[in-house]
Order: sequence, then structure tokens, then C-alpha cells
Amino acid sequence: MQFGIFTVGDVTTDPTNGKMPSEHQRITDILTIAQKVEEVGLEVFALGEHHNPPFIPSSPTTMLGYIAARTEKLILSTATTLITTNDPVKIAEDYAMLQHVADGRVDLMMGRGNTGPVYPWFGKDIRDGIPLAIENYALLHRLWTEEVVDWQGKFRTPLQGFTSTPRPLDGVPPFVWHGSIRSPEIAEQAAFYGDGFFANNIFWPKEHYMRLIGYYRERFEHYGHGTADQAIVGLGGQAFMAKNSQDAVDEFRPYFDNAPVYGHGPTLEEFTEQTPLTVGSPQQVIDRYAGMREHFGDYQRQLFLMDHAGLPLRTVLEQLDILGEEVVPVLRKEFAKDRPARVPDGPTHAALVAKRDCASVSPELVAPVAEVTK
Amino acid sequence: MIDRAAHSSGDAKVTRSVSVISAGLSQPSSTRLLADRLAQATVRRLADEGVSATLEVLDLRDVSHDITNNLLTGFASPKLEAAIESITSADGVIAVTPIYTTSYSGLFKSFIDVLDPQVLTEMPVLMGATGGTERHSLALDYAMRPLFSYLHAVVVPTAVYAASADWGSGSDVSATGLADRIERAAGEFAALVRESDRSNRVADPFALPAGFSPVGAFGAQ
Repeated sequence: MQFGIFTVGDVTTDPTNGKMPSEHQRITDILTIAQKVEEVGLEVFALGEHHNPPFIPSSPTTMLGYIAARTEKLILSTATTLITTNDPVKIAEDYAMLQHVADGRVDLMMGRGNTGPVYPWFGKDIRDGIPLAIENYALLHRLWTEEVVDWQGKFRTPLQGFTSTPRPLDGVPPFVWHGSIRSPEIAEQAAFYGDGFFANNIFWPKEHYMRLIGYYRERFEHYGHGTADQAIVGLGGQAFMAKNSQDAVDEFRPYFDNAPVYGHGPTLEEFTEQTPLTVGSPQQVIDRYAGMREHFGDYQRQLFLMDHAGLPLRTVLEQLDILGEEVVPVLRKEFAKDRPARVPDGPTHAALVAKRDCASVSPELVAPVAEVTK
Repeated sequence: MIDRAAHSSGDAKVTRSVSVISAGLSQPSSTRLLADRLAQATVRRLADEGVSATLEVLDLRDVSHDITNNLLTGFASPKLEAAIESITSADGVIAVTPIYTTSYSGLFKSFIDVLDPQVLTEMPVLMGATGGTERHSLALDYAMRPLFSYLHAVVVPTAVYAASADWGSGSDVSATGLADRIERAAGEFAALVRESDRSNRVADPFALPAGFSPVGAFGAQ
């Protein structure tokens, strides 16, 4: 089980004092937060991709490359990489390069993006969102698994004799998650390839995601990648903590009430009841998230949204301390209880290399034995 | 929030579900009053044809905050989700709104806006509206009817507008009083609902579109 942080990278005014960080300040804050994630013992830092204010991460691999150099064990990921408006050839090159720079500590999460104008700004049409996600990933997958690619599709110029460089580290591409909040097509795509499925469930009630994840698990098995409970599932989460639960509510409420996404809408109480957002003591967060597998099955990755809505850096770092020291160690124990041995751990480069070697080596090992018995 | 009632017509085997949206804001509301009259007339006309009806009435007032929250967050609260399902899983829908400033009320439109645009396709719809004066009666035809046409609903020809003065109107020789208009509209609507199998064809939001391929048209090269 892997725990981590995902950030959208918004630059938002702190509603308690009216201060807004500069872009430069926010960028360096995010780099600080990422290093803190490793320091407090979590496994994953995932960065969003946006091409419009008030968001700053337009160039994720630049930031992730820096973080790679400043960390040793942290897995660098995305939340999400825009498979619709980026050229899949450039994604193949950028993330294979990052994979080498980070010694394999890289995976990525594909997403479509829901900002209408970003599509035309990159020469695309939002009405083609699903076909773009399907076709572009089909090409990306080939660029990483085949040395020389001939390609013709609908959305980009054809390729003849193209080799994407550098080749993936150890011949094993970065692990891919497909993120979706509502599209069965994306769950089907993830299942077809045997890739991971990440449900960013932080804004919607769980019943919706129980069906979407259930569907992905069923199709994962259908396509022969393993049993349904071996499908690779990731979930979003959101928490704000203080020793005394009422202090957490009081401190977080102004940020909640003015947050870019849900601010001025539902009350904090309604939202915490209807979504995974948990505001209270560390024990309340433990109880809420330990219960997730009751709804979604044993899963592989839990990411928390921590730095948003104008929360100051100091607060975010305090929250990470609480998460790393008091919450995640207990959750690890809870998730390990009665977890069937056949349920895989969160994906790592080393595990993917071992799996590949196991699959490719065994026929050779078997062959001489077959010779002998003949 | 949602009033449920089953209206049995003896040993009838055929049952249809009718859902009612009332966008009236005051309590009691003349919009709800009109909605109830249209619903009762429809149930009676169905019973005449040997069809029993279940009736669900949704007062949008009861979910108005949830509707606004849905507009802001993109998801429906469990309470609103149940309300939406009561509408989209019916065999026919009666929709009644007050007319404000030349058109359906903002709350009514906000509710329509949080529905998936496909969920009312081929749904039989009976429209009603209320207002202080009959001068706004055509709002049903220039504002509300195009809305349901866009959603591919099947709207009956007679829409019923009740101005304040209509609540004191009697029947006349030309049969244009409120009670006559309600009867005519209910007759047209009941004929559609009787034949409607719409409740058996609720679209599954988790179904893949026909012909979908996880690798796309060019994937397997």
C-alpha cells in the first residue's frame, strides 16, 4: 500500500489574511512540500498539469526532475497528465527521460482535463475528449513498448520509422494510471491494458465510485490480467487535522468556505458527510480511511490533497507531519489486516522489472527441461 | 420532499408511474395546486382506461440548496439524487413552474440544468405554469416548450396556464375554463403515458457507448 500527496498547484488567496503568494513562491513551496512528503515517510508525490491561471504546473517534468534530485525514495507521479491535449510523442519522451533521471521512481496518471479553452489552445476539441484519450494513449503505449513505430491516427501527424528516445529504463515503461471521475470508457481502457485506475473521489459520494471501480475490477479480470481483486486501484482523499477535532473544524472552515471548487456551496458538515473530506482528529481520519476498503476493496494507492485553497506552507507542512507520524503508520497496519496475499502492492519500477523478467525468463528455464524429458 | 401515492383502479394489471415537478416557491403554492390538479386529472383518465398510476411529487423548494450546491460542485447530494431519479425513472412527467420575468423560474431551470441532457429523451411531458396575469401564458410555448424539445422530450399539445383569475373561472360553452383545459391536457397526456415504457428504458450511466473500443480505431496497427 502506497500513501502520498497530490496537488493541483493552485495559487489562491489565504482567506484568513488576504495574502496571495506569488507564482514563484508557490512553485518553491510545492518543491518544499514534495521533499517533506518523503521526509515524513510517504511514498508518492503527484503533481497536476494545468495551462491556465490560477494554476502553476504547466511543465510537470521540470518540477518533478528537480524533486527527483532532492529525494531518494519518493515515487514521482502526476495528477493528471493531459493525454488529450499533449502530443503523446512528447509524453513518451518527457516521462521516459524523467524515469531515467529518477532511477525508475516515476509513474503517471492519465486524465482528460475539464477546462474547455485548453483544448482549442492546443488545437483540439473538447468534444473529442474520449477519442483523444483513447487514441493518444494507444500511440503512447506503442512508443514505450515497441522500438520502431509506424503510426497513423486521426489526431496527429503520421509516424514512419519513429523511435522514441530515451527508451524506457530497463525496457520497462513507467506504470500508468488512468484517472476518471465518471467515464466507464476510461475504466474500460485501464482494464484493457492492465493499467491502474485512479478514482479521484474527493468531490463525489462513494456510491458512484463503488460502481465505477467495481466495473474496472470486473473488466480487468475479463481481459485476463488477474482476478478482480488484483486490479490496481488508487483513491483520492482529503483531510485536515488537529489534536482536538473542534480546533480542526474551526481552523479549516474559512479555507473550506472560500475554496475555489466547493466554496460558497455545501456546508463543511454536508461536504464531509458526502465526500471523503475528513476534518477532525487524527483518529477520525484513521477511522474514515481505514473504512475505504470496505467500499472499494483492497487497493494500492491513497493520495491526499493537502495544499490548496490558500492554506499557508507552514500549515501544510504541519498537516504532513501529523499525516506521516500519526495517521499513515496506523493505516498501514489497518490495511495489512486480512489483506489476501494475492492482492498486489502499489506498483514500483523494481516490481515491474521483476515481473517482466519472471514472465520472459521462465520459458527459457523450462525449455532445457523439456529437452531432457524428450 | 417527495410525496408518493399509489392510485389503484380495481383489478387493473397495467401500472404507470407519473412524476410531478412543482417549482412553486411559496407555501401553499398555486403552482403546486395546479400541479396537483393536473396529476389528479391524469390519474383519473388513466383509471378510466384501466391503468393504475403511482404518483411522485417533487417540490423543488425542498431541494433548492442542493440544486445550487450541485451547480457549484458538480455532484448531487443523496437527497437531490433521489429527487432526480424519481423524475428520470418515470413513465411521464408533469412539469409546472411559476412564470417570472417572462419565463420559467430560475429554480426550475437550475433543476433542469443539473439533469444529464439525455435523461428526458422520449419522456412524455405535460407542461403547466402559473402567473399573476394571463398576459404571460405564451411563455409556455415560447420558453418552456423549446426547452423540452431540446431535451427530446415528447410534450403534449395542450399546456395549461393558470393566472390568478383562473382560480375563479367556471366552465363555459366554449370549454376554455381552467377545469376544461386541465381535462383536455390530462387526456392528451394520459394517452401517451398509457403507452409509455419509459420507466423500463432508464439509461445506465455506466454503460459503454455502442461500438466503443479501448484502443480506438487506429490502435491495433
